[in-house]
Amino acid sequence: MTMKLGLNERNARWWQLLLLVVLLVAWHAVSRDEKVAFFLAEPIKVAGRIWSWFLPFDVPANALFPDGLPGNADIYRHLGVTLLETVLAFAIGTVLGLACGLWLALAPTASLILDPYIKAANSMPRVILAPIFALWFGLGIWSKVALAVTLVFFIVFFNVYQGVREVSPVVLANARMLGANQRQLLRTVYLPSATSWVFSSLHTSVGLAFVGAVVGEYLGSARGVGYLILQAEGTFDVNTVFAGIAVLTAFALALDGLVGAIERRLMKWQPRSGETEKL
Amino acid sequence: MADHALELLDITCTFRARDDARQRYTAVADTTLCVAAGEFVSVVGPTGCGKSTLLNVAAGLLEPSTGSVRVFGRPLAGINARAGYMFQSEALMPWRSALANVMVGLQYRGMAEAEARAQATQWLARVGLAGFEDRYPHQLSGGMRKRTALAQTLALDPDIILMDEPFSALDVQTRQLMENEVLDLWAGGEGRRAAPSPERTPLGGGHAVPGGRGRKAVLFITHDLDEAIAMSDRVVVLSAGPATHPIGEFVIDLPRPRDVAEVRMHPRFVELHSQIWGVLRDEVLKGYAQQLQKAA
Repeated sequence: MTMKLGLNERNARWWQLLLLVVLLVAWHAVSRDEKVAFFLAEPIKVAGRIWSWFLPFDVPANALFPDGLPGNADIYRHLGVTLLETVLAFAIGTVLGLACGLWLALAPTASLILDPYIKAANSMPRVILAPIFALWFGLGIWSKVALAVTLVFFIVFFNVYQGVREVSPVVLANARMLGANQRQLLRTVYLPSATSWVFSSLHTSVGLAFVGAVVGEYLGSARGVGYLILQAEGTFDVNTVFAGIAVLTAFALALDGLVGAIERRLMKWQPRSGETEKL
Repeated sequence: MADHALELLDITCTFRARDDARQRYTAVADTTLCVAAGEFVSVVGPTGCGKSTLLNVAAGLLEPSTGSVRVFGRPLAGINARAGYMFQSEALMPWRSALANVMVGLQYRGMAEAEARAQATQWLARVGLAGFEDRYPHQLSGGMRKRTALAQTLALDPDIILMDEPFSALDVQTRQLMENEVLDLWAGGEGRRAAPSPERTPLGGGHAVPGGRGRKAVLFITHDLDEAIAMSDRVVVLSAGPATHPIGEFVIDLPRPRDVAEVRMHPRFVELHSQIWGVLRDEVLKGYAQQLQKAA
């Protein structure tokens, strides 16, 4: 073995995996006790649950699963609904936040008048709106989308607002001297300048879009991963609850990675620390 | 006075403190300054005396409290569309490559993408940045960023160029190089170096400037007296602030084309320098004393 075991960026992945394995083994060891397992679930059963959810192959009885595993492949309907809600909320919230942030940052009168209302709407505990949205939009996906939009909107809104206000006055004056009209200023100065702020907010808001969707499902629905978790809780099926949490986490990570990839593409003009270029 | 490119007439600029309307600060008072078409005029003065204010008024970015600005005889309203402005600090858009930065002004004027790209490429080559088109500003050195800004300004073929201490952030050697290049470009590339491209004004059909072979009028702000004398036709000395106003004017009768490093040895340069410095010195001391007072 020539691989160095000291921590560096190249083998950080292995160390991260090792930590995961250690945690899983510790979890498994603790859950040998039946009382603990009732509250903490058992990693092997959680894995089996996920198998049954995703794969259509039955597993015969074996040492790990004495009863065998049914291959139901029945989560896609629920997962699809939750992902659809999340993506819709994420898109609608981002577009609304971007539009309102740009508008208020460029219209000082409007922002002066609306200021206390925005602060109030932001500091209100918005999760409590879920029953009202259920009343307005019914128990289908739109009440969940609405809830998640309220969470995403403010994050994006405040970041865009800040981003536009912090446009370098020199760059702005230069663009005006080069002959830009208001629309050109918006397109070539304000929007690109706000983009970096928007992306930093998107990482937060992906997670919040999931929170909104799942909490909405949890409070009343007939479909979705939040609904599955609620059902499992009703029968004290802790393994399924944990499996649901694991699946949601994995998909939130995947969405965040997607945002990160788009960010790296669009933000390649930004200097990264430690980056040197041969000139 | 029809052959004046830029006239600042009796300009006074009074700023009001945002939180206290009674606190006023008069940066510039009763200043009249004219730049003839094709003339290179430098304005020197102690730091913080309101030089930049004057330039912003000429650019139309700032409206004077009293007085008027005339551009080629016509009163100025809004942005001065016939002027290009080189800022003291970084003014390039960091999210655009060098080429896209030079292109942006042409695009604002509705020029077709391909033509704007061709002209911008040519201008980048002319300021010595061929091959650096795809670099983002943070990947360029300070001098290269200034060259890009110069190309960005010149690509629009303005009749008037306003420069606000454009080279103050550069090291001495780069600075002298840039000064010579600006003089070359101003003289239409017919100076010591041959222009790399035969067609000189890419924005064909520009305004014919009376006198000076299509030279542009330049209003150059600096605190460096050497730089001012080496580059200009005329040097205007401003008093220390507040209520800055011109206190002296000197015609620089040194022969052109000039090399900013060599011209400093010229006996006439030394003579002019001591003359102007005699006027400027008291103001610099006054300005310095004021800054000390402010800091205390």
